[in-house]
Amino acid sequence: MSAVIRTVNLVKIYQSGGVPVTAVDGVDLHVGAGEFVAVMGPSGSGKSTLVHMLGGLDARTSGEIWLDGKRVDTLSESAWALLRRDKVGFVFQFFNLVANMTVADNVELPALLSGATPKQARERREYLLDALGLTERAEAPPAQLAGGEQQRVALARALANEPSLLLADEPTGNLDSRNTRDVLRLLGEVHKKGQTIIMVTHDARVASLADRVVSLLDGQIVDDGVIPVTRRRPKAGAGDVVELRS
Amino acid sequence: MRLTLLALLAKEPAHGYELKQALEHTFGSAYPSPNIGQIYVTLGRLEKDGLIRAIDVEQSNRPNKKVYYLTVTGREALAEWADEPTEGPRIRDEFFMKLVLAPLTGIADRMALINRQRRHYLGVMRDLNDLIERTDPDNRVALLLIEGAMLHVQADLDWLQRCQEDLA
Repeated sequence: MSAVIRTVNLVKIYQSGGVPVTAVDGVDLHVGAGEFVAVMGPSGSGKSTLVHMLGGLDARTSGEIWLDGKRVDTLSESAWALLRRDKVGFVFQFFNLVANMTVADNVELPALLSGATPKQARERREYLLDALGLTERAEAPPAQLAGGEQQRVALARALANEPSLLLADEPTGNLDSRNTRDVLRLLGEVHKKGQTIIMVTHDARVASLADRVVSLLDGQIVDDGVIPVTRRRPKAGAGDVVELRS
Repeated sequence: MRLTLLALLAKEPAHGYELKQALEHTFGSAYPSPNIGQIYVTLGRLEKDGLIRAIDVEQSNRPNKKVYYLTVTGREALAEWADEPTEGPRIRDEFFMKLVLAPLTGIADRMALINRQRRHYLGVMRDLNDLIERTDPDNRVALLLIEGAMLHVQADLDWLQRCQEDLA
């Protein structure tokens, strides 16, 4: 499986008031095309720092990052900006939508910037907004939307240019359970179509969609493996078992 | 299942198969499909304990069927069950016993135990996600039951993380 992302001994040290703090401590990560990886771990374990570095939003202290076979940790900020435009989609817990553009334009913009025709961009936007139950909000400015709606727009925007890699940092942090379900469905759908996803989340519903879970502790990977099929996998149809363990 | 059956019989007398259908109808895909044999065994015990009684109803061309109804004692037992508080979350936890005790014997590593358990819980969560997708959106009882199970799994995962921070 060709690697979309590969890191070699990746390290990030912050200087916090003169004291060096190691946030990411020698991470070797390999994510193949089409894989969905959930990154879990306690707060302060380096999860967010890791995905920020993978998207070029945070500079690494040492080590290597390879994206689609190209070394990227040595790129300048402007080169990173170009690379992100074409290859990376981002969703954060606190979405940054463009305030003076409609929801529809917010979602179409990244597709247009990465070279889609206006027709392609519009079709992609219509598909994404529909999947997230936002069609009726297309002409509204982001400020008129509730937090959960804005987060779904941010996800639609991140997927608009069909990026090689979708990076997400707690994308369901602000969502109620119905909105979370829409996001889960769309993520499952794009993953099935081959979207590579790396997602930081503490939400087990979201993480359970992943093929693999990477667990961080004190900046290091302490576990990296597939989520197994449980022995008591429910059969299709009525009469399935929920075990409320006692 | 004893009290579940008592509660259903408090609504109206019924025979075993009707009770099975009523359970399935109420809880939908979220409840273990009760085996008709288990239902009859439980009904037999309830009858022996005097909580329900059966009458034989004749059927043409078929053997008689037993229709069960609640006795006064049964109704009292049901009222008592409804009135008393229900046991909350467990304190004793088998995984935690394993986590604390297994390393002492040298047969398991704590980090490995926690990591395996985390993946298992995520697998359980995936099953619940599948289940909720296949559940009739109008069956609120079933959806709430599954949502409850999901919240329990999430709490178990959060606690596992605490164990990893403190013990591993």
